[in-house]
Amino acid sequence: MAILEKTELLTNAVGRIVPEIVNGRSQVPYMGVGKCQPIGRKAAPPVRTAADYPANGDKRVASLEIALRKCGLRDGMVISSHHHLRDGDRVALMALEAASLVGAKNLMWFPSASFPSQKSAIALMEAGVIDHIEGSMNGPLGDYCTQGKMRGIGVLRSHGGRWQAIQDGEVHIDIAVIAAPTADPFGNCDGSHGKSACGSLGFALADSIYADRVIVVTDNLVPFPCIPWQIQGNNVDCVVEVDSIGDPAKIVSGTTQITRSPDRLRIAEFIARFLRDAGIMRDGFSFQAGSGGIALAFVSYLKPMMKKAGVKARFVRGGSTKYLVELLEEGFTDYILDGQTFDLDGVRSIASNPRHIATSPFTSYNYHGKGNFASMVDAVVLGATEVDINFNANVVTHSDGRLLHGIGGWQNCLSSGCTILAVPSFRDRIPVIVDQVTTLCGPGELVDVVATERGIAINPRRQDLIEAVKGSNLPIRPIEDIKKEVERICGGKPRLPRRGDTPVAIVKWVDGTVIDTVWQVP
Amino acid sequence: MSNVFINGTDTVGVAGHCGPDVRSDLQVRIEPRERDGLQIKIESRVDAYYGDSIRRQTEEVLEALAVRHASVEIHDEGALPFVIAARIEAAARHAGLGEGTRVLPPQLPLREPRARDRMRRSRLYVPGSEPKYFINAALHGSDGIILDLEDSVHVSEKEAARLLVRNALRAVDFFECERMVRINQVPLGLQDLEEIVPECPDLILIPKVEEPQQVIAVDERIGKIKADYGINRPVWLMPILESALGIENAFAIARAGEQIVALTVGLEDYTADLGVAKTPTGSETLYARQRVVNAARAAGLQAIDSVFGDVAEMEGLRAWGVGSRALGFEGMGCVHPAQIAVIHEAFAPSAAELEKAHRIVAAYNEAQAKGFGVVSLGSKMIDAPVVQRALKLTARAREMGLLS
Repeated sequence: MAILEKTELLTNAVGRIVPEIVNGRSQVPYMGVGKCQPIGRKAAPPVRTAADYPANGDKRVASLEIALRKCGLRDGMVISSHHHLRDGDRVALMALEAASLVGAKNLMWFPSASFPSQKSAIALMEAGVIDHIEGSMNGPLGDYCTQGKMRGIGVLRSHGGRWQAIQDGEVHIDIAVIAAPTADPFGNCDGSHGKSACGSLGFALADSIYADRVIVVTDNLVPFPCIPWQIQGNNVDCVVEVDSIGDPAKIVSGTTQITRSPDRLRIAEFIARFLRDAGIMRDGFSFQAGSGGIALAFVSYLKPMMKKAGVKARFVRGGSTKYLVELLEEGFTDYILDGQTFDLDGVRSIASNPRHIATSPFTSYNYHGKGNFASMVDAVVLGATEVDINFNANVVTHSDGRLLHGIGGWQNCLSSGCTILAVPSFRDRIPVIVDQVTTLCGPGELVDVVATERGIAINPRRQDLIEAVKGSNLPIRPIEDIKKEVERICGGKPRLPRRGDTPVAIVKWVDGTVIDTVWQVP
Repeated sequence: MSNVFINGTDTVGVAGHCGPDVRSDLQVRIEPRERDGLQIKIESRVDAYYGDSIRRQTEEVLEALAVRHASVEIHDEGALPFVIAARIEAAARHAGLGEGTRVLPPQLPLREPRARDRMRRSRLYVPGSEPKYFINAALHGSDGIILDLEDSVHVSEKEAARLLVRNALRAVDFFECERMVRINQVPLGLQDLEEIVPECPDLILIPKVEEPQQVIAVDERIGKIKADYGINRPVWLMPILESALGIENAFAIARAGEQIVALTVGLEDYTADLGVAKTPTGSETLYARQRVVNAARAAGLQAIDSVFGDVAEMEGLRAWGVGSRALGFEGMGCVHPAQIAVIHEAFAPSAAELEKAHRIVAAYNEAQAKGFGVVSLGSKMIDAPVVQRALKLTARAREMGLLS
């Protein structure tokens, strides 16, 4: 905690208290949407020489431990991994445990997201192998961090923010470990085929380009060339073959299930009707819907409306699921631009349909790109843990401040033409519509619509949307009105959570500035 | 009121549910003591937000029930205040405490009394022991909500459910839905009335009616309670015929009281009584359903159909609803909110029907204006009942939002 004691706390542009120095690095407090404009040149990996690599292209080594030694693993290094294998991933822990055998200490683990099945990372933190995690933390890892047990401070970034941090040098990856459902000995690899197929490998793309060293781990080694490849072997140092990179049952679900909750179905239907009545659903439009129950159900309500109106989308954005694949196969969209693949139908489609394209956080979300897809999407449906009366939203913590979710692409998606948060107005007895969010992850100026089971609130900044749905029979209500009703139902406002004075994690905005702090929960 | 002690000894009172899969409920355990005051232990999923509020409410309810010495354990899964109050009261009564005291949550303003012949296309059943379904039940647009004390409530939970439903009638906003309660079979159902009627439900469903006397007993008890509490609003009755004998006595039952507004039929129990299987087409119950329609119409009542139990089978539901309307029913029950929209479509008049009704009404209006006694449309003379039906159809279509 030596670093923390020296840390000054500053107030950022949304009034949140954030630390000035995190893990020894100076931070820039959030300045406002699009206000941060860094200058300089992008980071780059060291110059390499083809002469140093086998002429026959065979980069196989016998084990991860040997690969890590070969890549020069030392104390304090940054090890990265991707989360396309989701809760089924075995490779990230395999790599960290191998690092432990090599004797490395104080590593920074830089996953694109962590999952509950990776909870044994706690033991590696206790043993001093891992100093801290920069990446989403939930379940047991989230609790470990929130309780202040992690030595360093957690850093939560969006998918786009992770790419930004790599590109502007905020995070330098020493060794990237890339789990690959199919790879060849040269290191070309892909996620669409193999017994552990997961669809796209887009989250690992930046790691492969910018890391000092890159290790590919596969359970489906094919002779060169691995076709198709998404990761280029020219960026890869070593290839390790293992029996299994993950538990297929947990990598993708068989079929993603639509919610059966009548309240959630009602929200989903409201959103579909909103897109229709606001005129957003028109020929050539685009939308993004994730894998949450409401988002899936929304697609199933929208499809018949599209059919009736005789319109098709130009593209839809995944996480792809059966429901998006059906839109593609039935001609309701020209393309799926897919960030990650959630179920078997998605995997099958991305492997076989040329109109189902794997994208990456670079194309989709990156702040340091010359634009990105997120702001070109007409509408996006997202979840949230809390929304306040100024439309600021929280997606990472419970109302009591405990870490619950990673940011994922959520922050990046807020720049769409119409950002819709689909939330129940309260969960158990806990209001979701509140005076002030516990952790501010998304500034209210980017949240356009909040759809709850008790009505739809439109951000007053979007008079155009308010005008567009005038005359529709949707239950449009002021957000304060919904909040008041919920507080009556719940028996008054909840007590504000008690929180500690010690930062345990920071929440980055898409540009690398610090938008809020996660505090130790006593 | 008399107590029904169940599920435990006569010293420890337990009510409600808890556990990882339970939401919006709580379990309360009260063990009375001779002295040493109250020892209250609360574990709550929402402790960080409402822990103090739950403790305060617990103390207030126990105070109102005059429980001064007891060990009280609460496991809360995020229950709303009206549920907490009902569970504590039920546990106290179960423990033999608080006799004769009602601890009532604040009452929302009552809406206008419901009309005798209001639209009753859909009525959504909500189990009376499952508070998580109460709060959003009315959002889904059914014409009525039935808080059920009968078949969906385990026999060990009858009294606790009664208090829960009573509190829900006061604290939950059911918006424009008709607030219905299905009581237990008489005589247990008469005890339900003691808690329910003071909260002004719009309608009481009486299950398993076979004789007019059962309806009369309910009607009389309601009249007495209303008089005791000075209630002037109507409490309508809907008897449910669920046996061969009930069907045989349909007309007598339909005429058993002024407050009866509709007759309905319960086909699960009826087919069991006949000893036949219930089929998706319902040919085995055709006679019973037609009998109910005829008896209801003869008594000037609405005829309301049973429920369609398969919640995944929307096309079957639609077909059933369309057939049901064709037989003369004006609505049916719903066991899941997803059924409501389908039922409303099934019971809506077709465009052709509406068009015809319009022409009849126009011809009628014209005849009225010209002072003609006979209404004619083209070369056809229109009888008065046909005009009446057309007027009713257009009025209903307006209520359904099909006409402006």
